[in-house]
Amino acid sequence: MTMNAISRSQIYVLDQDEALDFYIGKLGLELNTDQDLGFMRWLTVNVPGDREREILLEKPGPPNLDPVTAEQVRELLTKGAAGGFLFMTTDDAHKTYEELVAKGVDITDEPMERPYGIDFGIRDPFGNRIRIGQMFERP
Amino acid sequence: MSRAVEETNRAMLRARDAMDRAYAQPLDTPTLAKIAHVSEAHFIRTFRATFGETPHRYLQRRRVERAMYLLLHTDQDVTQVCYAVGFGSLGTFSRTFRQIVGASPTDYRKRRTMPAAPVPSCFTKAWTRPSSFG
Repeated sequence: MTMNAISRSQIYVLDQDEALDFYIGKLGLELNTDQDLGFMRWLTVNVPGDREREILLEKPGPPNLDPVTAEQVRELLTKGAAGGFLFMTTDDAHKTYEELVAKGVDITDEPMERPYGIDFGIRDPFGNRIRIGQMFERP
Repeated sequence: MSRAVEETNRAMLRARDAMDRAYAQPLDTPTLAKIAHVSEAHFIRTFRATFGETPHRYLQRRRVERAMYLLLHTDQDVTQVCYAVGFGSLGTFSRTFRQIVGASPTDYRKRRTMPAAPVPSCFTKAWTRPSSFG
């Protein structure tokens, strides 16, 4: 048994249109799929050019989650405790950082050089964490 | 109803993020309350209800965590560390550090070693902050 890739990841968002504004409008990701399945809006984005790795932007709610549970998820998400965390890489951490600051993105950690690379942290409008790094080559 | 809770949570989170990011600056309650768009009294109460500790306590422990890190991983002396993490006086720093960590900054540096963890530093920051929760 051998798995060979992570093809899709999921995070919760409170509002899918607002999620598109952020992930595409501000972060510069690409729309992969936006399909109304009737029972849910299947909305995924990917890093430009990498269509094989999708991030599902899922809205918590019924009937998948009962209303009370959905509300708990929304509350945890906005507390930054729902667990959503994306790690992305970039060619130039400082430049990307400056661009995101100019766009008014919430910064959680300014760029710093670490043993593994130069990286910084941001938060999406809902509470999910995102870390963006210019990684050094691994030994 | 739930929208209001979510907006409040997100605003409190924004203020907490500011403490994690800008702990070295003199972040007082008015500044943080402004980030969260609420009055000072409301801010302290709501932050505590949201995260289980007061903003002051959260920031104090963030600063102590950063101090612990600098003591173990840099050559800065205790005074430099004190100001680097946002304390206004050496007396307050030493007292707070000892109260939370159970040792003076100097003793802590002498006794402890901690290898730099090969993981994104935000995890180290989040998991090594001496919290109020044991």
